Amino acid sequence: MEKFNKLTAVAAPMPLVNIDTDMIIPKQYLKTIQRKGLGKNLFAEMRYKDDGSEQEDFVLNQPAYRNAEILIAGDNFGCGSSREHAPWALLDFGIRCVISTSFADIFHNNCFRNGILPIEVSQEDLSKLMEDAERGANATISIDLEAQEIRGPDGGVIQFEIDQFNKHCLLTGLDEIGLTLKKENKVTEYEETRKMQQPWL
Amino acid sequence: MGNPRTLYDKIWDSHVVDQLEDEAYILYIDRHLVHEVTSPQAFEGLRNAGRKVRRPDATFAVADHNVPTKDIEKGITDPESKLQVDTLEANTAEFGVPYFSMTDDRRGIVHIIGPEQGLTLPGMTIVCGDSHTSTHGAFGSLAHGIGTSEVEHVLATQTLVQEKAKNMRVTVKGEIPLGVTAKDIALAIIGKIGTAGGTGHVIEYAGDAVRSLSMEGRMTLCNMTIEAGARAGLIAPDETTFEYIKGRPYAPKAGAYEQAVAYWKTLKSDEGAHFNKEVELDASELIPYVTWGTSPEDALPITGSVPAPADFADEGKRGAAERALKYMGLTAGMKLSDIEVDHVFIGSCTNGRIEDLRAVAKIVEGRKVKDTVNAIIVPGSGLVKIQAEAEGLDKIFVAAGFEWRQPGCSMCLAMNPDKLAPGDRCASTSNRNFEGRQGQGGRTHLVSPAMAAAAAVTGHLTDVRELG
Repeated sequence: MEKFNKLTAVAAPMPLVNIDTDMIIPKQYLKTIQRKGLGKNLFAEMRYKDDGSEQEDFVLNQPAYRNAEILIAGDNFGCGSSREHAPWALLDFGIRCVISTSFADIFHNNCFRNGILPIEVSQEDLSKLMEDAERGANATISIDLEAQEIRGPDGGVIQFEIDQFNKHCLLTGLDEIGLTLKKENKVTEYEETRKMQQPWL
Repeated sequence: MGNPRTLYDKIWDSHVVDQLEDEAYILYIDRHLVHEVTSPQAFEGLRNAGRKVRRPDATFAVADHNVPTKDIEKGITDPESKLQVDTLEANTAEFGVPYFSMTDDRRGIVHIIGPEQGLTLPGMTIVCGDSHTSTHGAFGSLAHGIGTSEVEHVLATQTLVQEKAKNMRVTVKGEIPLGVTAKDIALAIIGKIGTAGGTGHVIEYAGDAVRSLSMEGRMTLCNMTIEAGARAGLIAPDETTFEYIKGRPYAPKAGAYEQAVAYWKTLKSDEGAHFNKEVELDASELIPYVTWGTSPEDALPITGSVPAPADFADEGKRGAAERALKYMGLTAGMKLSDIEVDHVFIGSCTNGRIEDLRAVAKIVEGRKVKDTVNAIIVPGSGLVKIQAEAEGLDKIFVAAGFEWRQPGCSMCLAMNPDKLAPGDRCASTSNRNFEGRQGQGGRTHLVSPAMAAAAAVTGHLTDVRELG
């Protein structure tokens, strides 16, 4: 997993609430057996017309936001299905950070396993960032994960909260399975005790 | 004795293997259910790292999302769907994971066959790369959806790195009126608290209305928990639960069963246990629900009307309502019961069980599906199909003009050939009415099986109580 530390990039505004994972990556693209290559299908049903040409008014099709690496979105981003194809598609497009007032739990978890930073901010801060993002390519936003800071184009700073384990994982690009396997003896110990207590399992 | 604990606290505590740092714990996973869509990259990850499946005996796989519901004997024609199912079959063979093949009578939707086979037991931790894993919480097991990276983590270690969620209790009191089902209760709850109402929480359902539900009804309620934003829903196990489990193929056998029941009886929230959030509902005041928009929270009683964006105080919700009305092709103020449908879908992990099919048969027996409506019934598993046929339900359905299909996820998410065309409008017993969910441009109204049956007969959303 790619590490995440600092990022300065264009932010695309998506002022919609309840952006669900079916919107992020429609199910017809879940048939892949790969993790990569989903960026072209990100938001496919909003992004393309029936003939496959681009919807000009969709934010990521506008020249200012084609290289956006940050999304500013409405409440409850990533609700719905557990499909990790959603963060895979965001990452493959180039999005490394999503900022919203809240995230659905499974999507939130999936982001951290893929080097994407989801940041939760207040409604007031979101409105400010949404305005900043609407100014286009000249108004970049900076994220500093170590310092837990978002810096707007006018120099305003927003502090954000993140739990320390997920922060550590992102900063170091940690292999979580490797980490757990180091504790294998504890797992074995647990299994042996359980076998005695609940032999039907 | 320590502090009073909730049911969630108890299951959590009994599965903590170790604390990593701060809020992160290693949690042991008792049962891992696997399907074809969210597992190929996980098995590939194992292979690339030279890792094994730690406990194939605690893992179980079946293909459900991509499988056709017609002419299954001819196999899958879509090459991508076929590759995904073939990949699951190859992976389960390579890693020694038990698997029900597409020709096995016991196959079906993963959340239907878990309980059906006795793979789902109280007090367990259960995960699957599918958000509707919350279904299994009906047994008092802590069950939730995970992403593919976590699928790989569980395959390799039989554990997950987790943070503990908060506790929320939804108490549903009173007697459930005729025509109202677990699905209506679920929609009423989501309509009340919103699709983010349970975010960060595990919901325990309590109250006499919940106790009065069958296991099928409880599964429907827990299934929809994820639509309220909570990853897991829980119902404390009781005699109804124990009776359902007894004698199922993977359930504890005599001797072990009695020992298990003694333990399962301890699985309930202690008196005075703390819940971070409490919600109450009176079931006796409920009437059947339908959704009008593109989020499960857009749920209203069938006697209501399509709302106007101006009805919403919140700016975000106002924008969402505007977008939803446009997508759904509806006008504010029109009566919900005037909405005409051209499709009816009965099935899914929400409402594809035998009790659901019986409810449909009761409404459609001696009636006809309106000629403008295309109506399909997809049983949740091969065993549900066999049971329904043994009871003669299939004959009732076919005589009424329904198509009687083979099991699978089908038109709940339209990954197989069953999908809506742009502009099609469907009364559906599934769980999500998102844009494009049942096919690009398709319009979904979520309803109970009885309400779907009523819509099939009349051709419009209908209060099933009027059909008697």
